[in-house]
Amino acid sequence: MTTLLILTVLVLVAIAIWQMTKIFELSQLGATATNAQIANDTDNKNNGYLLFGFLIFIYGITIFSFAKYTKVLLPEAASAHGGEYDTLMWVSFAIIFFVQTITQALLHYFGYKYRGEEGKKALFYADNDRLEFIWTIIPVIVLAGLIIWGLYSWTNIMDVNEDDDPLIVELYAQQFNWTARYGGQDNVLGDASVRLIDIDRANVLGLDESDPNAGDDVIVKELHLPVGRKVNFYMRSQDVLHSAYMPHFRAQMNCVPGMITQFSFTPTITTEEMRLKPDVVDKVKRTNAIRAEKAASGDPNSDPWEFDYVLLCNKICGRSHYNMQMKIIVETEEEYNKWIAEQSTFAETVMKDEDTKESPVEVALEEEAEGTAEKPEEQLEEMVEEAQQEIDKE
Amino acid sequence: MSAIAHVDDQAHDDHGHHHKETFITKYIFSQDHKMIAKQYLITGVLVMGFIGIAMSLMFRMQLAWPGESFSVFQALLGKWAPDGVMDADVYLALITMHGTIMVFFVLTAGLSGTFSNLLIPLQIGARDMASGFLNMLSFWLFFVSTVIMVISLFVEAGPAAAGWTIYPPLSALPMAQPGSGMGMTLWLVSMAIFIASSLLGSLNYIVTVLNLRTKGMSMTRLPLTIWAFFVTAIIGVISFPVLLSAALLLIMDRSFGTSFFLSDIFIQGEVLHYQGGSPVLYEHLFWFLGHPEVYIVLLPALGITSEVMSTNARKPIFGYRAMVASILAIAFLSTIVWGHHMFISGMNPFLGSVFTFTTLLIAIPSAVKAFNYITTLWKGNLQLNPAMLFSIGLVSTFITGGLTGIILGDSTLDINVHDTYFVVAHFHLVMGISALYGLFAGVYHWFPKMFYGRMMNKNLGYIHFWVTAVCAYGVFFPMHFVGMAGVPRRYYENTAFPMFDELTNVQVLMTVFALIAGLAQLVFVYNFISSIFYGEKGPQNPWKSNTLEWTAPQEHIHGNWPGKIPEVHRWAYDYSKTYENGEYIIEGQDFVPQHIPLQDGEEEMHH
Repeated sequence: MTTLLILTVLVLVAIAIWQMTKIFELSQLGATATNAQIANDTDNKNNGYLLFGFLIFIYGITIFSFAKYTKVLLPEAASAHGGEYDTLMWVSFAIIFFVQTITQALLHYFGYKYRGEEGKKALFYADNDRLEFIWTIIPVIVLAGLIIWGLYSWTNIMDVNEDDDPLIVELYAQQFNWTARYGGQDNVLGDASVRLIDIDRANVLGLDESDPNAGDDVIVKELHLPVGRKVNFYMRSQDVLHSAYMPHFRAQMNCVPGMITQFSFTPTITTEEMRLKPDVVDKVKRTNAIRAEKAASGDPNSDPWEFDYVLLCNKICGRSHYNMQMKIIVETEEEYNKWIAEQSTFAETVMKDEDTKESPVEVALEEEAEGTAEKPEEQLEEMVEEAQQEIDKE
Repeated sequence: MSAIAHVDDQAHDDHGHHHKETFITKYIFSQDHKMIAKQYLITGVLVMGFIGIAMSLMFRMQLAWPGESFSVFQALLGKWAPDGVMDADVYLALITMHGTIMVFFVLTAGLSGTFSNLLIPLQIGARDMASGFLNMLSFWLFFVSTVIMVISLFVEAGPAAAGWTIYPPLSALPMAQPGSGMGMTLWLVSMAIFIASSLLGSLNYIVTVLNLRTKGMSMTRLPLTIWAFFVTAIIGVISFPVLLSAALLLIMDRSFGTSFFLSDIFIQGEVLHYQGGSPVLYEHLFWFLGHPEVYIVLLPALGITSEVMSTNARKPIFGYRAMVASILAIAFLSTIVWGHHMFISGMNPFLGSVFTFTTLLIAIPSAVKAFNYITTLWKGNLQLNPAMLFSIGLVSTFITGGLTGIILGDSTLDINVHDTYFVVAHFHLVMGISALYGLFAGVYHWFPKMFYGRMMNKNLGYIHFWVTAVCAYGVFFPMHFVGMAGVPRRYYENTAFPMFDELTNVQVLMTVFALIAGLAQLVFVYNFISSIFYGEKGPQNPWKSNTLEWTAPQEHIHGNWPGKIPEVHRWAYDYSKTYENGEYIIEGQDFVPQHIPLQDGEEEMHH
């Protein structure tokens, strides 16, 4: 029945098209030529003025956006290379706005000034080698400057090396969350491979248990970084492409399954310090006003917000791409040391059970039941729960 | 006038256009380049353009009012919008299909297919394309790929949803997202057919331009439209096969278990067997097409603008040689800049340096073109027809969008704005809006050529232009700020990050502008369709243009010219040319069409 209906519809559509072409052919007879649809002096005048008005509109929206939206931009860079990044950005912007202001003015002003009039004679002006040379060479010089500066910074930023005793951290991406792994006591990451992932035993990052460097690795769900110390990030992904985007540090690198990518920066402002910056204070105030409004109307997701650095996923990775994040806390050396000492190592959480053959999942669950689970363990629990869920899914 | 042309039909080189054509041979399986152009226009621009733009309006509504229930979602998305709230998976599907449809179907096939087909034979003085049959085949392959792409919207698990770049592994693994199942298969099949269609079309354009130019039409006398279409076709032939190889390898990875792009994957509780492939390899292959594709989209628009602007300014295009050189330089450079999409993909940073260098180089010919357009307007006698306004609009958005390319092309600065809304704003202005403006300029300008002398209504055209122009900036100018605030693209909603809360009102502003812009396009559609039937008939050469297509009669005949093909004696830009005493070359008219021989005492332009 449906098939019949569809066929009928198709046939009717075909007939309609056929008839339309007939009407079309008939409609082509008997029209007489007129100039009515060609711009006349009035059209030229009106649209000439509108072009001038449009120039004002472009300037207006530029000024409006700057006045209204400058405050929403990211606060000052919280990493060592970020300052140079921001300077280069603003220099480029200065050039862009200079060129933009002048060229848009010329374009639209000419459109207004030379609007057509009956009988006016245009200037036959087809070539001028000198002019063309000038506007070839000026971009060449300006761009050469930008290229050299940009490449110099790029080489510095992308030079990931082991000088100055960097902190070694792995960022591990999966649909749809992040995990961080510290090198631990020896500051060396143990070998890992997705083929060694053992969810039953909570080895969710696939660490090689036979690698002596792996035992002291610390696996966490919240990234803590000591201020002023270089951090070398090594990124892995277990499923699809992700991108580790840390906008406050002007840092980003894709996480690619099958390879280890790297990025390095030195955080320079602690979370506490950043929260006190006037920009950030204002932003938090504005945001919390919005959230209070939402709370008043009973919307979810409206608790007051406190500024934190975040790691976002910035490469489309599936359904919950928009909510793949991890908190980053930059703190003083002492705070960091205290925190990392509280975390349990890979050996403590996974390898310790070798003898008892007791699954860490059960351990964690038992501890939870007994209420003996300690604070640092909470993060692990989360992971275990996730692992459990995955098992359940199967 | 046209009737007379029929009567004094001398010199009978018969092209078989006298026998009666049937409905099928005239409207469906037509081998006539003018009909094929119209087929491209209606399938590519009107139908696919409508779908593509409608999708963008839907996801813009979701971005402005996240989680809000709209009955229009329920009506159009059905099970993908339970209670009228858009689902996260279908959001990704919508942005993916919006990108695919707009880039490939509207701006590649719709723009290039329409105007290359219409103008190449008419402007170089040829009876038709080199191979009418291949041309017809090219359109019908395009049509098949369109149908498959539209069908993919209706499969059970939804259409492809991995972004228009369909990076594996997301696009390769059905368990990574629902859209990577049947939807992605159909996407790949559709694109493979699309590429075949594009190659057939491009080869035809190249051969036609090289071999079928009329007597006197040297390469340096070609209108800039033809140069642009010609070079576009060459870039297409060079780069599209690489996309085909990427698509084929991806099909192999998906269906036959090979590991070209996949390695070390653990998903949904199990390790997959893939070993040794690299998604970065796919990115290289994709962008080897993907970047030239930007110019495949843009160059025809620039070519149309050159022609429309010169005609309506009543002035020769400034720096013809420089314009041709810029097109060639852009074409060459476009094939060696693809890596600027991959600065932070994990490829060797040294490669990033090289690509920064080549990328910023491409700004030079682009700047030359922009300056030449502005100079063309200087001291002109501007006839501000809708087509002319769209051309001026194109130059405006081309500059605004192009300038931010300086930031994105710089590997250092790309780090923090990569894949944010800054990128979205940049490429929509420079290739999306600009190319659409070029497309509209072309439609308004050559509508009389396509529809037997009928013209589109100019007042509706003015409304269309001004509303679109204001809204385009209204959408994409504030978007730069959203990007610089760190908001990533392709987020279903930004509510998971309180730091983006205060950007919601910017999103609302952009969405309102987008909705108004969408309505303005309906004005265009109405104008287009009603003008086909009821448009007023203009003179044979309504814009007083120099190029050959206006010497052909208004009614379409197979073979274009009833008598002999016109011979060319000059370049296409002798507007307002005068003798030394200041008199026009032809008394009383400010233009000298290409087929008019050099007059006594006239100097030929040695451009």
